[in-house]
Amino acid sequence: MKEVKQVRGNAIPLNRADVDTDQIIPKQFLKRIERTGYGEFAFFDWRKDDDFITNRPQYQGAPIMLAQQNFGCGSSREHAVWALEDMGVEAIIAPSFGDIFRNNCSKVGLLTIQLDQDDVDYLMSRAEELPEGEIVINLENQTVMIGSDWSRQFKIDEFVKHRLLNGLDDIGITLANEEKISSFEEIRSIFLPSTDQAGQDNLKIN
Amino acid sequence: MTQPQTIVDKIWEQHVVHSEQGKPDLLYIDLHLVHEVTSPQAFDGLRMTNRSVRRPDLTLATVDHNVPTTDRTLPNPDPLSTQQIEVLRTNCNDFDIPLWDIFDLRQGIVHIISPEHGLTQPGMTIVCGDSHTSTHGAFGALAFGIGTSEVEHVLATQTLPQSRPKTMSVEVTGELGFGVTAKDVILAIIQRTGVDGGVGHVIEYRGDVIRNLSMEERMTVCNMTIEGGARAGLIAPDEKTFQYLRGKEFSPSGLDWDRQVENWKKLVSDDGAIFDKSIVLDGNNIAPHVTWGTTPAQSVPVSDVVPNPDDATTASSRETAQRALKYMGLEAGTAITDIGIDRVFIGSCTNGRIEDLRRAATIIDGQKVSSSVNAMIVPGSGKVKQQAEEEGLDVIFKDAGFEWREPGCSMCLGMNPDILLPQERCASTSNRNFEGRQGAGGRTHLVSPEMAAAAAISGNFVDVREII
Ligand code: SF4
Repeated sequence: MKEVKQVRGNAIPLNRADVDTDQIIPKQFLKRIERTGYGEFAFFDWRKDDDFITNRPQYQGAPIMLAQQNFGCGSSREHAVWALEDMGVEAIIAPSFGDIFRNNCSKVGLLTIQLDQDDVDYLMSRAEELPEGEIVINLENQTVMIGSDWSRQFKIDEFVKHRLLNGLDDIGITLANEEKISSFEEIRSIFLPSTDQAGQDNLKIN
Repeated sequence: MTQPQTIVDKIWEQHVVHSEQGKPDLLYIDLHLVHEVTSPQAFDGLRMTNRSVRRPDLTLATVDHNVPTTDRTLPNPDPLSTQQIEVLRTNCNDFDIPLWDIFDLRQGIVHIISPEHGLTQPGMTIVCGDSHTSTHGAFGALAFGIGTSEVEHVLATQTLPQSRPKTMSVEVTGELGFGVTAKDVILAIIQRTGVDGGVGHVIEYRGDVIRNLSMEERMTVCNMTIEGGARAGLIAPDEKTFQYLRGKEFSPSGLDWDRQVENWKKLVSDDGAIFDKSIVLDGNNIAPHVTWGTTPAQSVPVSDVVPNPDDATTASSRETAQRALKYMGLEAGTAITDIGIDRVFIGSCTNGRIEDLRRAATIIDGQKVSSSVNAMIVPGSGKVKQQAEEEGLDVIFKDAGFEWREPGCSMCLGMNPDILLPQERCASTSNRNFEGRQGAGGRTHLVSPEMAAAAAISGNFVDVREII
């Protein structure tokens, strides 16, 4: 995972609530087995409208996305995060997020920032009025700033912050506790089911 | 005296491998279910880092999301789906993971096959790269959906770093009226809590209505937990749970069974356990529900009308409702029973089990699908299909004019050819009515199997209580 320290640039004001992952990346693109290249399919159906916000030239390549409550609800598809990342989005600011989506973002290195509704509405109207307006997000200090006169502090899970700042890979961190996993396995109940009798192809149809 | 604990606390504490101040707990995972769509990039990650699968014996794979539901001996016309299925085969083969493949009788929707073989048991931690993993909570397991990075993490370590969730009690009291189903219960709950009411929480469903549900009905309720924003929802195990599991292929037997049942009986929230949030719903007041919008919270009783967006309390919910009505092609004030439909889909991990098909069959028996409707039934698994055929349900459906298909996710998400055309209106027993979910431009109304069956016959929604 790459390090995330600061995100700086203009923002796409996606002024909608309950944007689900089916909208961010529709199912027909989930058949790909690659990890990259999803950006061009982000918001595929909504983008058919030329006036849809991500189509407007002034927001092209903006590294920040502003959205309304419950952004990323719905399915667990990490493809939604990959699509936003591939579009160039590095941080998303919203009043609330879908749990799995937010978690996926933290694994991929996309920063999700929860701000109060009023603050999101303020940033949203600034980005609508002044599309090139620059927002500066500083992860170390946990601040979002716009211009010299507006700044807000945001909360973030300490461990997620530590991982993002240092670009740490979760699996590596866990495997440093490999011994603990092994000792847990030794005392784990023997009554729990195992799939090793699940066998392959022993119950063919026809 | 020890602090009273919730069932979630108990399961959590039994699975913590490692805990450290300022970090999420490392949880051991008892069962990892894998399917073709959210796994390829995870296996690629393992290869790139030279890692292996730690516990293939706690892992099970199947193909469900994009398999065709028509004759599978014919070539699959979709090269991308074929590739994804092939890639899963190769991955399972390379990493020694059991795979219930397309011609295996046990193949089916991942959340249906694990319980029906007894792999899902009380007190377990279960994950899958799919948000409806919450289904398994019906057995008193802590089960939740994960993303592909986490799939890779579980494959490599059989653990997952997780912050302890908050807990929420959802109690449904009283008794359900005639013709009111588990699907209506969960739609009513989500209508009340909103699509984000459960974010950050694990829900425990309680109360007489929940106790009186069968295991399959409990799965319907837990299945849609994620539509209310919570990643997991569970129900404390009881005699019904034990009866369901007794004698299943992966259930313990003999003395082991007795000992496990004793352990399982302890998996209840203690009296006085504190939940971070609680709601109570009166089950007597729940009617058959129909969604009218594009989120599962946008539903009303079938006897009601399409609500007016102007009645919404906030500007943003008004705007959301307006957008939804526009997408759905509906006018505020229209009676739900005046809405005509083009398609009916009975299936999915919400309502694709044998009891669902039996209940649909009671309504359909001897009737004909309306000439303006195209209706299909997709059993949730090979076993469900086989059982239904043994009971002759397939004949009832086919005689009425339903298509009888092979098991899979099918039109729940339309990754295979089973999709709605733009503006086609569908009564669906699945779980998501998002824009385009069942096909670009398609209009989905979520209902119970009974309501879907009745709509298939009438060509419009009907109050199922008036016909049974
Ligand atoms: S049936 Fe639908 S909701 Fe269930 S696993 Fe398949 S696609 Fe997901």
